[in-house]
Amino acid sequence: MSAKQKQTEEELLNEVTSSEYKYGFTTDIESDTIPKGLSEEVVRIISAKKNEPEWMLDYRLKAYKAWLEMEEPEWANIKYTKPNYQEIIYYSAPKQKPVLDSLDDLDPEMKKMFDKLGISIDEQNKLANVAVDIVMDSVSVATSFKETLAEKGIIFCPISDAIQEHPELVKKYLGTVVPARDNFFSALNSAVFSDGSFCYIPKGVKCPMELSTYFRINEAGTGQFERTLLIADEGSQVSYLEGCTAPMRDENQLHAAVVELIAMDDADIKYSTVQNWYPGNAEGVGGVFNFVTKRGICYKNAKISWTQVETGSAITWKYPSCILKGDNSIGEFFSVAVTNNFQQADTGTKMIHLGKNTKSTIIAKGISAGNSNGNYRGLVRITKGATNSRNFSQCDSLLMGDKCGSHTFPYIEVKNNSSKVEHEATTSKIGEDQIFYCNQRGIGTEEAIALIVNGYCKDVLSQLPMEFAVEAKKLLEISLEGSVG
Amino acid sequence: MISIKNLKAGIEDNLILKGINLEVKAGEVHAIMGPNGSGKSTLACVIAGKEDYQVQEGTIDFEGEDLLELSPEERAHIGVFLSFQYPVEIPGISVSNFIKTSINERRKAKELDPIPAPELLKMMREKMELLNIKKGYLSRNMNEGFSGGEKKRNEIFQMAMLEPKLAILDETDSGLDIDTLRIVANGVNKIKTKDNAIIVITHYQRLLDYIVPDFVHVLHNGRIIKSGSKELAHELEEKGYDWITKEADKKWA
Repeated sequence: MSAKQKQTEEELLNEVTSSEYKYGFTTDIESDTIPKGLSEEVVRIISAKKNEPEWMLDYRLKAYKAWLEMEEPEWANIKYTKPNYQEIIYYSAPKQKPVLDSLDDLDPEMKKMFDKLGISIDEQNKLANVAVDIVMDSVSVATSFKETLAEKGIIFCPISDAIQEHPELVKKYLGTVVPARDNFFSALNSAVFSDGSFCYIPKGVKCPMELSTYFRINEAGTGQFERTLLIADEGSQVSYLEGCTAPMRDENQLHAAVVELIAMDDADIKYSTVQNWYPGNAEGVGGVFNFVTKRGICYKNAKISWTQVETGSAITWKYPSCILKGDNSIGEFFSVAVTNNFQQADTGTKMIHLGKNTKSTIIAKGISAGNSNGNYRGLVRITKGATNSRNFSQCDSLLMGDKCGSHTFPYIEVKNNSSKVEHEATTSKIGEDQIFYCNQRGIGTEEAIALIVNGYCKDVLSQLPMEFAVEAKKLLEISLEGSVG
Repeated sequence: MISIKNLKAGIEDNLILKGINLEVKAGEVHAIMGPNGSGKSTLACVIAGKEDYQVQEGTIDFEGEDLLELSPEERAHIGVFLSFQYPVEIPGISVSNFIKTSINERRKAKELDPIPAPELLKMMREKMELLNIKKGYLSRNMNEGFSGGEKKRNEIFQMAMLEPKLAILDETDSGLDIDTLRIVANGVNKIKTKDNAIIVITHYQRLLDYIVPDFVHVLHNGRIIKSGSKELAHELEEKGYDWITKEADKKWA
């Protein structure tokens, strides 16, 4: 047994004996890594390593140049030491890059790792009817159910494959919802993104299964710059699941993903996320910086629904948004954001109403414990032309203990008078009376808190697909363990 | 079943119970009456283990176990049940989910597997009938938007489901109209067996017409100042508390 594996065993033992971060271990897989730091040369290397066409390289270089002129934003209500972007390694791929016909060909080491994570691929294939596109350290290594999907004309593959095999689609849509220049992190992502998922649902097709991707940071010091592009053509339907777990690391890790959704006329996209990146230890050391840009555009009668359960990361900066461009389009945002110990979150959504009779719903539930700081930041913008539009927002905060903080920053702009906007907000604490009541019924304090928290988040959790809801509930419990003395 | 000896307890420096002695055997119903502020609810909370109250002296023996050494949930696991005067709301958690959790936590403590769903459902249906509870109730959230009567009925429903050895009903009659009172009381009577015991805390004789006590105790200023048969309750109804409390005040002055 190598020293590294031994460490893994020890960490596994820790995982069982303590309630600390559950998925902290590393897998011993050789990686092909380029030197750290960012330059035009590095962007070129990344593009070359992926055999990208000229237009893709141009796109990256333009983004890189834009990024050079941009400043890291400081408006969010979070405090952190800015990463040194020259200390980050921007590309790493498992050396043995397998072309797999089936999951049986998967590297046994990797398979073991996924088994530890409790996402046994075999089991998922058989039981859950989920197609899994696994991203580990930037290169997709396994894709399943590809054939079933192909029969319906659905394309679901690593974005690097899509660039090779479906350049016309990628070229047409990449960067149309989140332009490279949109913000500092989207520019960075556009320059150096290494992999991610691409999905195209043809006209009128209802995707027969939940599409799922598991992201995972593995290489020490490697930033992850995932890129997701999902196109639902006219009248199509898709539900996409994204889940994250990361191994325990002492130094901070940067994660700057970009997700773009395109819902053509009458299309319906449901995008669910369970985010469980390493949050740092109880003293606030380490943890992932999660700076994500997620945005979708809805054409006529289309609908995009974002559901997120955010329990991980030292810092979360994330605003999954909807541009309601087409008339009668619908945007939804359901969120549970948990912060514990020294975690910080500044998260929310933007609903931009452009079309007539557009509707949006925002349900945001924040839970703060320990010394953490949770913020809801949301924008509802109803433009002049978006007549008869409606928005309903509900932002609730639940506080545990007296050292945490919670803030709500709702921005509302309404430019016509036929539209209606409603905003409700509450702040509450878990009451000792509630806990004693549960105790008296034989339910211990930890379970009582889990029960109360699950009840509080019910409106959001019920939006998740079944198997995700179960995982999310467990995550909430793990995240809040020991948070009440 | 439960034996309370010289129990002195209170909140911080404020002594509320000043030496309670009470012995309840299996199959018995005891009523505890008394004016406001006499310590009735405090006694219920101390037996259930609410942390706000500190026990300064005395013992509580429950079937051979030192109750004061146990956490509130452990007390529940061995069969102590408190029907709350003011049941709390737990938003988002259905009655069925709450009761399932409650039953399974107790089973877990006894190293039993969770109750099979069909068994649980069957039991719930039986007990709902017992208490005249309508369908659809199980999927409502715990006490959320419940009327006063519904909350109390929910307490007794949980008591029926959990089948405790000792049930303490803390002013279960308050806020009930006469019809609901009858339904709740009949429910309690049906749950009662020769193996369990009930302590009824109430201001009024009315409830005791339905749940007939074997013993009635008058609690005043933290002490049981008089015990007797159910006739005592009638006497209190007629004469009020003054005639015994004045005497007691003189004695303890």
